[in-house]
This record gives sequence, C-alpha cells and structure tokens, in this order.
Amino acid sequence: MINTDAVIIGAGPVGLFVIHQLGIKGLKTEVIDNLDKAGGQCIELYPDKPIYDIPGIPSCTGKELTDKLIEQIKPFKSNFHLNERVEEVKQEEDFWILKTNKGKTFKSKNVVIAGGVGSFEPRKLSIKGSEKYEGKSLFYSVSDKTKFKNKKISIFGGGDSALDWALELSKISKVTIIHRRDEFRGAPHTLSELKKLEKLGKVSIKTKYQIDSIEGDKNIKSIIIKSDDDKKMKIDTDYILSFFGLIMKLGPIAEWGLNMDKKVINVNTNNFQTNKKGIFAIGDICSYPGKLKLILSGFHEGALASVECFKRARPNEKYRFEFTTSSKQIHERLGLKK
Amino acid sequence: MPKITYIDSSGNQKTIEVEIGLTVMEGAIQNNVTGIDADCGGGMSCATCHVYVKEEWLNKLPKAEDAEQDMIDMAFQPQKNSRLSCQITVTENLDGLTVTTPEKQN
Repeated sequence: MINTDAVIIGAGPVGLFVIHQLGIKGLKTEVIDNLDKAGGQCIELYPDKPIYDIPGIPSCTGKELTDKLIEQIKPFKSNFHLNERVEEVKQEEDFWILKTNKGKTFKSKNVVIAGGVGSFEPRKLSIKGSEKYEGKSLFYSVSDKTKFKNKKISIFGGGDSALDWALELSKISKVTIIHRRDEFRGAPHTLSELKKLEKLGKVSIKTKYQIDSIEGDKNIKSIIIKSDDDKKMKIDTDYILSFFGLIMKLGPIAEWGLNMDKKVINVNTNNFQTNKKGIFAIGDICSYPGKLKLILSGFHEGALASVECFKRARPNEKYRFEFTTSSKQIHERLGLKK
Repeated sequence: MPKITYIDSSGNQKTIEVEIGLTVMEGAIQNNVTGIDADCGGGMSCATCHVYVKEEWLNKLPKAEDAEQDMIDMAFQPQKNSRLSCQITVTENLDGLTVTTPEKQN
C-alpha cells in the first residue's frame, strides 16, 4: 500500500500543474495515468500543434507545454504510475483507498481527478463480431512483430501508424493497406516508399475502401472490403491491424458515486471538491456554472483545490498563503540555493 | 434564426433554431440533441461530432479542410458525405440544413 498526501488521476497539463501547487505546500503526490507518458490530450491529440492561450507564453506546442510542466514539477519528486488505471475507489474513515488494474493500492486523504475526458483507448473496428478476434488475429497496436512473419496482414488507417507498420511489415509479410480515401494523413515520405513497393508488387494499397465484414471461425480467414460505390472485394487475411487513433472513455470514474452530469463531474468553485469530501475534480472533467475547458482554467482549479487538500492532509497545521517569489519555505521545496 | 434538423440513426428528428455564428455541433449540444458527443469541445481533434450531410446540402457548405478530412478518417463509419459538425458554422444560407448522426460516435 502506497501512502501519500494526494493521489492525482491523470497526468495531462492540469494534473501536472496541481503537483506543483500541492508540492509548494509541502504535500507528497502520486500520479496515475492510463497512457504510457505524461501530457494527456496535449501529447496524444496535438503534440505539434501550437497553443496560443497560455498566459505569458505567446505560442507553444502541446509537447513543449508538457515538457515545461514536467521540468517545473521536478523538485517535488512525484511518482508516476503510467499505463495504469484506477479501477476502484473506496472510503475508509477519513481516507480514500484506490486500487489500480495492476493491483497497486494507494491510501490518501485526497484524490484529485484531472482525467480530461477520460482515458484514451484505441478506436475499435465498427464491425459486428470483431471483438472475438481481438488480441488473437485483430490488433490495435503491435507489440511483437515476429508473429506476423510470412502471414497475410490487412492494415486499416491512413495515418502514420498504418503507413509505418505497412512499410515495416512488408519486409516480412504480405501486406495490404486499406484506407477510405486517396489522401493519407501520414508522412508523405512513407507513402511514397509504399507506392514504390506497390509497383514492385510487394505491398497492396486499396484506397476508397472500408471494411465490410470479417470471415473466419476461431481466427480470421478473410475480410470483405467495400468501396464507396458498393464494389466488394475479398482479401485473404491472417491478421488485421487497425489504426483509427484513440478515443476517450470515461471508464470506471462513472461508478464512484460522484455527482455527474453526462460525462463531467459537478464541483463547487470554492475548492473544486465533488460531492465526496476529499475527492476533487479539475480540468476538462469538472463542471460548474460558467466552466470553460481551457488549460488555464484547469490551472486555476488546481491551485484552489490544493488549498483544501492541504487542510485535509495537515489538519493540525495552519494554512498560510505565500508567494513563490518571496517565500523561503517554497524556495526550499523548489530546491533553490540560498 | 436558421432552422437545423438533426436526425438520429433510428430516424428520430429534432428541428432547432440555431443562432447564426454557432456551429451545427454547438446547436446540438446547447439543445440537448443526442447523437453528437463533441468530446473535445470543437477542437477538431476527436471526431465525435460526426454527421452525414444530405447530398444537396453538401455542396452548399464550404469544403472540409484537410485537417477535418484527417479526423473523419477516424470517425465511426465515415461516408462520402461525412462532416464534423463542429466545422459547420450556421449562416442564413443554411436555413433548413439537415444532418444525420451515425449509430454511435466512437
């Protein structure tokens, strides 16, 4: 069991900044995120797109903002638990006990949910019956490419993942890449490499086609693809790789007994606490009159929530508001030299 | 105000007066029209406000940018007449626009 002052769910920009706000108040934190890296939507959806409304920073990309935030919270040595999802939250007297899908348990007086729109999951194929092949002959990511050696692979998607894997696997297997239009959004260079291979007969590219159905029993045997004008084509297939990006799913949060409105959690605007004492919600996932889904709003929400977190974690200490420019104590916590 | 009609996959339809300047997505969200999720809030980064636009209306809309087409690649069952409703801004000319929402958004 990991004891800490606050558990933060979600390592997006808002989750990262609340580590700072809790850290300057002397609180220890543990962060849990379902993705394999910190940054949330900034990293998954727009790593290279500029953001223009971070106060004092005229323009920075999602990746740059994430990197800066990670640098800013370094002094607080928060532990990151990535690729991990909180499944269960239970109350035990004044504490919250959290269990993750990897079997870790956390005990803390404060839980700060900075979960954005939920956890990211691969977007699945919209074909009835495709679930039964999942993990056997249908994959949404590649962990071990050796199993595809000398097999017939059908790859769906038009982005970099689809193009990169088509190119890579064409060296060891028979690859067909299928995309709904002629234009690909993946790197033009990779596409031209693939087109060269197509001329040599080493890879097959089918555009303006989408999946129609899958044939097989235990494993996939073939797929039927369909064009915009209803032309159908059968392709012998051992494995399907599908790359349609990520979707956001709220996941188990919906079952924790919090007051919710559709997919967002209601909070008060004094300290961003939910209807459960000690559980806070900040950033895109919280809702209150006038809420704006801006990163800067999330920063503000985290700052206010951290004050109540302090009061709960340190009931015998008095909370003192301090400025980072002048507080010696904060400077010590930031590890600054005197 | 222009009237926009939203039809869901089972045929239920709702006609809403949407203020000029709002997007077709905002018109749906503000009026509790189901079938449009808009997880990212209009940032063209999630494809959960995906709609099908009737052929006769499709040509009256400004063409989808590349970035919108890129997102539509990831939408649930995209078709030729797929658009993201967050990218369709309501104008006087769109009075009567009808969009159909897919079976689900993701």
